[in-house]
Amino acid sequence: MLDFIKRHEGLWLFTHSPSVMIAAIVALAILIGAVFAPWIAPVDPYDLSSFSLMDGLLPPVWEEFGTSKFPLGTDDQGRDMISSILYGARLSLIIGVCAMAIASILGVGLGLAAGYIGGRFDAVVMRIADIQLALPAILTALLIDGIARGILPPELRQDMRVVVLTLAIALSLWVNFARTARASTFVQMNKEYVQAAMMQGQHPLRIMFVHILPNILGPLLVIMTVDLASAILLEATLSFLGIGLPADSPSLGTLIRIGMQFLLSGEWWILWIPTLFLIALVVSINVLGDFLRDVFNPRLR
Amino acid sequence: MVFFLTKRLIQSVFVMLAVAFLAFSLFRYVGDPVSQMTGVETSVEDRERLREDLGLNDPFVYQFVRFTGDLLKGDFGYSYRTRQPVAEMIASRIPATLELGLVALMISLLVGIPAGVYTALRPRGFATQTILMLTLVGVSIPTFVIGIMLIFFFGVQLGWLPTFGRGGTVSVGGWETSFLTIDGWRSLILPALTLGVYQLTLTMRLVRAEMMDVMQSDYIRFATARGVPMGRMYFRHALSNTMVPVITIIGLQFGGVIAFSIVTESVFQWPGMGLLFLESIRFVDIPVMGVYLVVIAFFFVLVNLIVDLLYVLIDPRLRISDVS
Amino acid sequence: MLRVENLTVKFPSRFGDFTAVQDLSMTIKPGEIHGLVGESGAGKSTVGAAIIGLLQSPGYISDGTMMLGDTDLRGLDQQEAHRLRGKRISMIFQDPQTSLNPLMRIEDQLVETILAHEDISAAAAKSRAIDLLEEMGIKDAASRMQSYPHQFSGGMRQRVVIALALCTNPELIIADEPTTALDVAVQSQVLDLIRRLAEVRKVGFMLITHDIGVIARIADTVTVMRHGKGIESGPTAQVLGNPVHTYTKQLMAAVPPLDRKIDRFMVPEKDDIVTPSMNSGAQAEAWLLSGTKSDPIGLSLSDIDVTFPGVRTSIFRKPDPFVALSEISFDVRPGSVMGIVGESGSGKSTLAKTLTGLVKPANGTMTLGSADLPGGKTRARKHPSRQLMQMVFQDPFSSLNSRHKIGDILAEPLWLYGLVKDQKERQELCADMLGLVGMPPEAINKFPHQFSGGQRQRIAVARALLARPKILICDEPTSALDVSIQAQLLNLLKDLQKAFGLTVIFISHNLSVVRQMSDDVVVLRNGRIQEKGPSEQVYEDPKADYTKRLLELTPTMPSQWMS
Repeated sequence: MLDFIKRHEGLWLFTHSPSVMIAAIVALAILIGAVFAPWIAPVDPYDLSSFSLMDGLLPPVWEEFGTSKFPLGTDDQGRDMISSILYGARLSLIIGVCAMAIASILGVGLGLAAGYIGGRFDAVVMRIADIQLALPAILTALLIDGIARGILPPELRQDMRVVVLTLAIALSLWVNFARTARASTFVQMNKEYVQAAMMQGQHPLRIMFVHILPNILGPLLVIMTVDLASAILLEATLSFLGIGLPADSPSLGTLIRIGMQFLLSGEWWILWIPTLFLIALVVSINVLGDFLRDVFNPRLR
Repeated sequence: MVFFLTKRLIQSVFVMLAVAFLAFSLFRYVGDPVSQMTGVETSVEDRERLREDLGLNDPFVYQFVRFTGDLLKGDFGYSYRTRQPVAEMIASRIPATLELGLVALMISLLVGIPAGVYTALRPRGFATQTILMLTLVGVSIPTFVIGIMLIFFFGVQLGWLPTFGRGGTVSVGGWETSFLTIDGWRSLILPALTLGVYQLTLTMRLVRAEMMDVMQSDYIRFATARGVPMGRMYFRHALSNTMVPVITIIGLQFGGVIAFSIVTESVFQWPGMGLLFLESIRFVDIPVMGVYLVVIAFFFVLVNLIVDLLYVLIDPRLRISDVS
Repeated sequence: MLRVENLTVKFPSRFGDFTAVQDLSMTIKPGEIHGLVGESGAGKSTVGAAIIGLLQSPGYISDGTMMLGDTDLRGLDQQEAHRLRGKRISMIFQDPQTSLNPLMRIEDQLVETILAHEDISAAAAKSRAIDLLEEMGIKDAASRMQSYPHQFSGGMRQRVVIALALCTNPELIIADEPTTALDVAVQSQVLDLIRRLAEVRKVGFMLITHDIGVIARIADTVTVMRHGKGIESGPTAQVLGNPVHTYTKQLMAAVPPLDRKIDRFMVPEKDDIVTPSMNSGAQAEAWLLSGTKSDPIGLSLSDIDVTFPGVRTSIFRKPDPFVALSEISFDVRPGSVMGIVGESGSGKSTLAKTLTGLVKPANGTMTLGSADLPGGKTRARKHPSRQLMQMVFQDPFSSLNSRHKIGDILAEPLWLYGLVKDQKERQELCADMLGLVGMPPEAINKFPHQFSGGQRQRIAVARALLARPKILICDEPTSALDVSIQAQLLNLLKDLQKAFGLTVIFISHNLSVVRQMSDDVVVLRNGRIQEKGPSEQVYEDPKADYTKRLLELTPTMPSQWMS
């Protein structure tokens, strides 16, 4: 086992950097908590009957008046903070992962094809990417959200919120993938194994996906991690701006927005606990992304 | 060189046209402009006349050309919400956003570049590791949380700085500036920090990566082998070569500054374009949304053209054709 | 002047210390050119870096003494060492393209170096810089000095680099592969310049190179290195002409001679290869022979032109196309080896790409056997030529997909061309084919990065053979390999060519290698054919001036040294 770890650069580095291991543990714990929220969380925060106003504004257990029934306290509605946070993280992660997945499929597909085909197709894709760059992520997401408000009939708006939000985030992140995939594909195109496959007469799709794709996965994996963090941040930001998810199905960003109302009034836990949770999640994803970048790009170490 | 710049200019025009087209499609197809402009009591004939007056029955291409022409003339239409001319609304908000963005960018560059150079030259030092860890946390904290934290500490707990609005501004030739009053500066500090911190971490990490790359290059090794003094090597040889890619990215970052100014302006109730945009989204005020897009894209394109010029100034390979 | 004793350099790693240089001793006198020769990984560049104090982290000198005159180089602190660099020891790097700061004028780079070490006025420094550039053979130096590096050609740039290394009159210059990136003619001029500087200015040179021809041409003394150790050392004529050590003898036997064609190289076969197991390719050999339904086929090109779109410099004018190949016509006889030789930029790689259908010729026709061979995208994906023509590429590190197993890489042509339908049979054949090219059959379960460059090149040959080709195109197949590995691979290619009657097109910049391989030869320059004919005739009695000059300027060893 030890020998195995020594031989594998990535594993060796992993076991020798405490911060990365801590980040992995934190990320994993949050992931498990989010995935199993319905079974772990003490109450269902979406179910109005499961909490009462009587329990409103209770502080965490270690503060005066805190009770062990609500270890992290409650909000003004009497919702258990732990349950809200777990369900919120669940929603944030679902949106983040879906958005990242859509963005990576779209971006990698276009970038790979642009790099492989080149010429006009490449030029068109890159011009679209340029335009997208002129309209930064938050702007694009806000815009798509605005358009959805204009187009969708009011009765659908609430139901479609998660879908619209996911699409808005995905569409604002695909450029990263496309540019990275294209640049890496260009590098691979000059490699002789690609030329060998081309002159053998292999199918272009096979060359793209069986030959080139595995060789550019490294940088793409880095982008995926970094963009997952971005997606979660973007969702939180949009929800904070009041344009993301509504208060009855709160994500982490919504929880923070609600908590803002208590910034001045002393119920600090309603604001700061979800905030800390969000930061811990994103920091650990970014630490992992940074680690991957080091593994795939050793010269920066 | 001339060709390089003309090419970029043509590309810029292309980007602007595409964004104009986007704004046009927004205006034309998201919701019905006529029903937005009229009330329930307007008769069908009146609506039809308005439709004819606005030229909404004309062919598509013709409408788009007229829309673009109007944009060029500075005629940006009227807000659905306030019925004011959009041009005026946006123009009155531009100074606030630009000043905020400018100060944030300055913070990002003045701190980010030296920190990047330092961490590249001492990659294994304790200070470097600490700075790197801090920047990692920096990129992971959403801008609005940074804003809330700053408000909480400096505004609420310590009570040192104002937490919303621009404070005292002075009008210089119609440009409302915060730069000329102490109150204005005090109000500017927290929002500019909020906006600057994120950009700062990006700048620092980029400068560091590029600098480390350059330090590995043959010409730096050759300069070391010739005994060129260290200071000269770091700043004359390495840093100038680092600047070429860094400048490009800073051009792109400007877009980020503008985008995140939406968030910052919302947190600090800063009366800039971003806040206006947010309000227009909430009320589906399409003309304002569209024009905001066009204005942002224009600034973006402008900054990137300036970047291209700088590029040409720094890199002789773009200025002077080579031997072959 | 320079005295190195028992130098040992170590690189600590988590697998333990790696000893890059061990117990190396040498002396260099003023005006002496001391060659340091060895194959890749011998540690010769590390010696140079250790002397000038630029060892890459985390390498360190663990033992030994290094004296430059009376100065103990190991006893210097960082600042003293930096002051000494440039002042007393300087260095020339391999690639003049990347050695100069692209953003600074030549003048600034020269003047800053002089001023860093000497307390003279800027004007005096400038005038010395001008003199120096003129001495290096740069005409009109005063105005040329105002230019940026990219405005100089490769050879001129290397002169500027040498001027920079010389501008503070150092006692010792370490030249690390100074001519490897240069063409033959320029290489010859730069070597002459180094020789003259050693004689006139009494500068000592440490000339690090893998090219024994270069050593033979200008080095006074030589040290042969292998695995970090000095194998043999002494005057060049003695060490190379009358080697004592077995390794030096093997090395000499692996060097392809330019003045004659030898049957095979007398090198130990497969020295980096595990003993082959029982099945050493008999099945693969039978399979290949059974596929030879008809006799070998030839290939001919007639009036082939290839142009690429030029770089656009104006929006109003169409860019001038770049002519990569012009009026190329030659015939490759069935079953023969056609050598194609040319320097960088001669269009030889474009020629390979044209043949394999990666580049479309603007004019001209290609014929494979008796059938027309369409070019570029007009060649269908299922065109029979795709199977009949196979290629071995230059770079063994990129020609095999690093994410695929050797077995999968080898099996690809078998299923692609429908040669063997059964998966298990395919794997057996692939394993056996590895035996045929001198590799252990177990290799099919490994990945490319587990093999050395020479081994990978053998795998690439196996991949080509598994398509059952009639024509094998080799584009610089040995230029990334060490000379002893090169000799092994050339032997292998010769054997295979004979055994299976392959028609081979062998492309290389190396005149000696092409001579060893080819029956006929084509000499290319700037996309045009300078000379073509039977190779013995071209080498013994060249007609074109260009060929004559190439043969003359290529550094070689006196033939009496090569038994």
